[in-house]
Amino acid sequence: MILVPCPYCGPRNASEFRWGGEARPRPPVGTVTPEAWRAYLYLRRNVAGWTVESWYHRAGCRRFFCAERHTVTNEFRAAYLPGAADRPREQNAGESLAAGREEVV
Amino acid sequence: MNPANGFDRNGRYSAVSLLRHGLTHEDWPRAWRTHEVASTYDVVVIGAGVHGLATAYYLAKNQGITNVAVLDKGYVGGGASGRNTAILRSNYLTPEGVRFYDRSLALYAGLAADLNFNVMFAQRGHLTLAHNDGSLRTMRWRAEVNKLEGVQSEVIGPSEVKRLVPFLDVSPRTRYPILGALYHPPGGIIRHDAVNWGYARGADARGVHIHQNTEVTGIDVERGRVTGVRTSRGRIATGAVVNCTAGWATLVCDMAGVALPIVTHPLQAAVTEPVKSFLGAVVVSGSLHVYMSQTDRGELVFGASVDPFASYSTRGSLEFTEELAGHVLQLMPSIGKLRLLRQWAGLCDLTPDYSPIMGVTPVEGFYVDVGWGTYGFKAGPASGESIAELVATQRTPDLIRAFDLARFVDGRLVGEKGAAAVGH
Repeated sequence: MILVPCPYCGPRNASEFRWGGEARPRPPVGTVTPEAWRAYLYLRRNVAGWTVESWYHRAGCRRFFCAERHTVTNEFRAAYLPGAADRPREQNAGESLAAGREEVV
Repeated sequence: MNPANGFDRNGRYSAVSLLRHGLTHEDWPRAWRTHEVASTYDVVVIGAGVHGLATAYYLAKNQGITNVAVLDKGYVGGGASGRNTAILRSNYLTPEGVRFYDRSLALYAGLAADLNFNVMFAQRGHLTLAHNDGSLRTMRWRAEVNKLEGVQSEVIGPSEVKRLVPFLDVSPRTRYPILGALYHPPGGIIRHDAVNWGYARGADARGVHIHQNTEVTGIDVERGRVTGVRTSRGRIATGAVVNCTAGWATLVCDMAGVALPIVTHPLQAAVTEPVKSFLGAVVVSGSLHVYMSQTDRGELVFGASVDPFASYSTRGSLEFTEELAGHVLQLMPSIGKLRLLRQWAGLCDLTPDYSPIMGVTPVEGFYVDVGWGTYGFKAGPASGESIAELVATQRTPDLIRAFDLARFVDGRLVGEKGAAAVGH
């Protein structure tokens, strides 16, 4: 079983989540060129190592968040709220539920 | 040939040579040789799976280019080429896809004779089950596209399905009743290892160097042109590099500075203990995310959809086994006593439109044969043949023109999801 550290609910079984893929900034839709838009739509870094991804806790709190995962070992090392990507909060999958909730409230 | 490696003098297999070696147990021919890594090659192929080996084989056989190296960080056929469920078919959805996969099926049909290697291709027929009106409609669509392209393919009803596969539960009382199926008689299964070994042996016999345990660590590009490949066994100067590394395709393209629209997902499969032959056709159910066939050894081979998130890990999971067993038993309740022997995972390089990426890249001399997702093995011969022609003639063959990398910049996607997502 792989545990995903939901920042709202704490570590839960990966089967409760929907994976949202690599988290990356969306180009401004008003001024973007078709080529740049397609690059945003299709191109992926697909790294073998640590990466930041978006997740959706569909069978839990039903909220979106970002998590850092190692794509070779499937180890998680941090999870944080969307938009907070510039200041990731270290949180291990095994940390207490309370620590995860505090920041949200 | 190289007698130091025990390679047979004429290198051909025959009933007489099999009998002689079987009786004497001496002088068994080595299928391919080992070499020192040369400092320069005309073409370097990265990845010794079916795509890389077929590319090297057809470069030597059809194009007369024999100064070729095939590099692999592991061993021949150790990646997805040795982990797939070895199902072959050509009943795809787009005309471009149908034409391409049908060429591959034709090459597979003549492959044993061409390679002088028994690849055990059994054209037992292929059934894709429909459990709702939506999938039945897609199957009618596929059948019509297939017929227009000259591929044998038709929609059949539940009674005909029952006649072909008596062990299927076609009663209307199940949760997902079988409303019909797309029947594709030329589809079937093959021995995947034999295909890999046969291509490796055929390429070797024509002078290609196969370097196992040789990891590519960098690709040298000068002024937009490939000039060489750095490996764990030294640098190789070359003007042509072909990336055939499936799940690791992005990592190799990164070395050349080429961005790809690819995400790597593991795909798991499993086999049961061997039993007497009872399952003729290959059975696929998109709604139940499962496909099954019976090998010549009697094992049932099961596959499913890819794991729900991207990963380079090839570990199996209990969730997969539970879901798979549940779905298989909905289709065939009578095999409930069969035990699973083993499960494994391979890496799939998925593209946004479920079609592969073959052809040139912005870096001159750097070619890709990637994006094979969950349907790469059946395509090996045709893509090897086409990429070999491209590398030799510098012209993209019509067969693969629609599958270029630039389609993701121009917005010309080849949507194959309706026939490729779980439709093995």
